[in-house]
Amino acid sequence: MKNEWPLWEVFIRGQHGMSHRHVGSLHAPDAEMAIKNARDVYTRRNEGVSIWVVEAAHIAASSPSDKGPLYEPSNSKVYRHPTFFDIPEDVGAM
Amino acid sequence: MADKLNKNDALFQFLLRLGDNTLVLGHRVSEWCGHSPVLEEDIALANTALDMIGQTQFWLGLAGEVEGKGRTADNLAFLRDVWDFRNLLLVEQPNGDFGQTMMRQFLFDAWHSIMLGRLMKSSDQRIADIAEKASKEVAYHLERSADTVVGLGDGTEESHAKMQTALDLLWPYIGEMFVGDEVDAEMVKAGVAPDPASLRDEYDALVGRVLADATLAIPDSKFAHKGGKTGMRHSEHLGHILTQMQWLQRAYPGATW
Repeated sequence: MKNEWPLWEVFIRGQHGMSHRHVGSLHAPDAEMAIKNARDVYTRRNEGVSIWVVEAAHIAASSPSDKGPLYEPSNSKVYRHPTFFDIPEDVGAM
Repeated sequence: MADKLNKNDALFQFLLRLGDNTLVLGHRVSEWCGHSPVLEEDIALANTALDMIGQTQFWLGLAGEVEGKGRTADNLAFLRDVWDFRNLLLVEQPNGDFGQTMMRQFLFDAWHSIMLGRLMKSSDQRIADIAEKASKEVAYHLERSADTVVGLGDGTEESHAKMQTALDLLWPYIGEMFVGDEVDAEMVKAGVAPDPASLRDEYDALVGRVLADATLAIPDSKFAHKGGKTGMRHSEHLGHILTQMQWLQRAYPGATW
């Protein structure tokens, strides 16, 4: 186990103005190599303009068993969903 | 007239050297596909190999054009025998272990990046254009191979020992990069390419810096194997590469996808 490289989560921004998206994970000895590996594994077909990597161990995640209390209350409140507006096309991606 | 022919032939030979370096090393590196120590390195090495094969298409494509006998890049890659290849002896050396492969890659990338930098200022616009495109790929190859050499050289006791062994083994193949001949003299005269010897200082500085970071000792010997770029004396390894690389075109002449 000691010889295993840590796991890194990879986020890539596809175009300027868009946000970084999680694309997958990989192993690497350090952050610098993780970015290089991400470049080779996830951007070989010109997918990105920016790469973020973060060690998987540093991500705090919600627990699947908390699903009910965390997300269900918003379902019954239609006024929380901004579906009553027409967004002009010129606005672009939101 | 004889002079003009001569210059064209020199240009053809010079382009073969560039194209054969990337062809043979690209093939060598591709041998790792599916065999690398970790998945990430496997993909990275395959990318590097593909970059070099892509560069080969440009160099050998132009070589065929310059030769003017209707030979394509594929003809030159698959239908020549050992004695017609003009690559450095370094690039045909076996992969060895992963460390040895990365050391060979670093020693080549360092020279390649400096050479392409000079070729971007070539008097021949076609060469300058290919060099500019290739230099972006090679800048990344160099960054990656240098990092790996430092990581393994300055790593564990075992990885350090393997990298030092690899360096001792490959160092005698460095000298050939800087030896000029009549082909090079012709290229210098025409402003097409630099004198190979003029790259040495920059190479020594770059390689010295990285190997110092890697805590590796540069062998104290100037002995240099020669005969690859002139085609005079390839090592036995090149023939073995060609039997694999050219097998399909030899067995099924003209076969296409």
